Amino acid sequence: MNYRKLSIFMGKKALKLVFLLIVVCIASFWIVEQSPIDPVRAYIGEMSIQPEQKAKLEEYWGVNTPAHEKFLNWAENLLKGDLGTSLIYRMPVTDVVKERFAASLVLMASSWLLSGVLGFVLGIIAGMKNGTLIDKAIKVYCYILLAAPTFWLALIFLLIFAVNLGWFPVGLSVPIGVASEDVTFFDRIHHLILPTVTLSLLGVASIAMFTREKLIEVMESDYVLFAKARGEKGSTLVKRHGIRNVALPAITLQFLGFSELFGGAVLVEQVFSYPGIGQAAVAAGLRSDVPLLLAIVIVSAVFVYSGNLIADMIYEFVDPRIKQQEMRT
Amino acid sequence: MTDTSQKSDEEKERSEALLKVKDISLSFIQYASGLRQTELKVISNLSMEAYSGEILAVVGSSGSGKSLLAHAILGILPSNAKLSGTMEYNGHDLSQKKKEELRGKEIVLIPQSTTYLDPLMRISSQVIGNVEEKNKDSRKKLQREIFQKYDLKPEVEKMFPHELSGGMIRRVLVSTAVMNSSKIVIADEPTPGLDEKNLNETLSYFKDMASKGYAVILITHDIEAALKISDKIAIFYAGTILEIANTDDFSGEGEKLRHQYTKALWNALPQNKFRAIKGHQPMQDEVLDGCFFYERCTTRGEVCSKCVPELKLFNGGMVRCNNVS
Repeated sequence: MNYRKLSIFMGKKALKLVFLLIVVCIASFWIVEQSPIDPVRAYIGEMSIQPEQKAKLEEYWGVNTPAHEKFLNWAENLLKGDLGTSLIYRMPVTDVVKERFAASLVLMASSWLLSGVLGFVLGIIAGMKNGTLIDKAIKVYCYILLAAPTFWLALIFLLIFAVNLGWFPVGLSVPIGVASEDVTFFDRIHHLILPTVTLSLLGVASIAMFTREKLIEVMESDYVLFAKARGEKGSTLVKRHGIRNVALPAITLQFLGFSELFGGAVLVEQVFSYPGIGQAAVAAGLRSDVPLLLAIVIVSAVFVYSGNLIADMIYEFVDPRIKQQEMRT
Repeated sequence: MTDTSQKSDEEKERSEALLKVKDISLSFIQYASGLRQTELKVISNLSMEAYSGEILAVVGSSGSGKSLLAHAILGILPSNAKLSGTMEYNGHDLSQKKKEELRGKEIVLIPQSTTYLDPLMRISSQVIGNVEEKNKDSRKKLQREIFQKYDLKPEVEKMFPHELSGGMIRRVLVSTAVMNSSKIVIADEPTPGLDEKNLNETLSYFKDMASKGYAVILITHDIEAALKISDKIAIFYAGTILEIANTDDFSGEGEKLRHQYTKALWNALPQNKFRAIKGHQPMQDEVLDGCFFYERCTTRGEVCSKCVPELKLFNGGMVRCNNVS
């Protein structure tokens, strides 16, 4: 591979990321500042407190500090590597994000894999059986999934599989009332299944529809016609030429789906009370925990950006046709 | 004695066509505005024969449906195509099922361009094709030999189609045809875009195949290239064959040629009179009752506008015209 090309490519992408992060941070900070929610009110809830206590809390939340001062303060600390302390969890933001993101990553990675594999297989089947009853069934299934909101699906699943059938726990990532060292690997998996399946459903539909469309296009190509003329037929054709030509664009699309994955995770975590980064983001937003919210914004931006970056890299460096053009220029 | 028996065998083989195409018509069902169906006729009442050891060139202008003739013989037409008429291979009826059995084995296609190669598959895997694991080594050996014969370097094996030049692609496509002990080779437009040297080289491959006993069907718009190597020339016009002439008939001012259109084609060549005739081929959606050449013919009679003339034997060739007898 051409290392010079690769380093220039990565350098450009890194610069873009830095610029993107600056813009995203300023924008989200501004939006939180405009929020009508009074952080002190949100914190104390329905309790009644003395005016001097209120003054202390206002100082803690920085209600009376000017916005630009707060932002510059935060940015300065960020450059020193300090993301500050979460106001609602009363822990360093770094620790909160690490813990939450790890939990979400397990959820997102498993549903990403599940939706990718399942979607691709369904798409290939539908494309092969183009126009038949199986194809129509898969299409209808995909349209329904695409039309149904994730949180609604999550609620339905919760009702059926957790409440009525009792196969899975209703929420959280570990059983309630068990010491953390006693939580088994199986417990974690058991809690993960329902959120994972729910989160993967949306991705299944888009990958399946894309794969189907692409496979039909490939099967109508000149090279498949020639393969037929050479005596290849049926599933051999799909195996030798179909999957080969559909896989790369499908994988690329799956990486581009990181943003939807993250967005879906926020909703699913909320419904299943799964203690991930999505749930933390909602809490931070609703209660004006600016340091935590900004840290989550940064992490999610990097996450989505890296998905796009991988997709770009597949396109530029893995596809032999593009690779060749790069070398010629 | 052995000499005579061999000769009679040879004669017998020569006299019996390996592939007979009898009176085939091909049309497509299309949906025109709304649900109204229309039938688009692209080949009508076409007949021809291909013999072992001979090159038959099917010459016609681009986009006139010549490729579809090749696809019809191989049975790889799209599902909305309607094919009628009969074909015979080696004395037996060539049904769709039979075509599926024979294609890639006894009847092979050499396609026109690089788009007929899988863009993401390495060249050697494509040339070898889909084979059982146990035959892989012997096929690989055969492919190496063929590549050597066609002057393709070993590096080419590992390349992807887009990395090859036009001439190399041509040779790769030709190699796919000789991987099997096939009997009929159908080459679809094998010469466009090739320079003089590559053109002659490609043509020599077909000549070589014919001398080894293949029946070669060369589909092309390039009459000059066809004349260089073919034994017979079939003139394709408006979806049918107007004349099947021997290559020797193309000489002088075309006195030996049977059909006016063939003569016109011959005289249009730069080295001859370089003169074109008026008019154009009828469109595929035009409904014609009479001779397809009626509009442009200078010796047409009343009967010519009423019914399509039959393809008949005349002077050692075939012609579809009412005026010859």
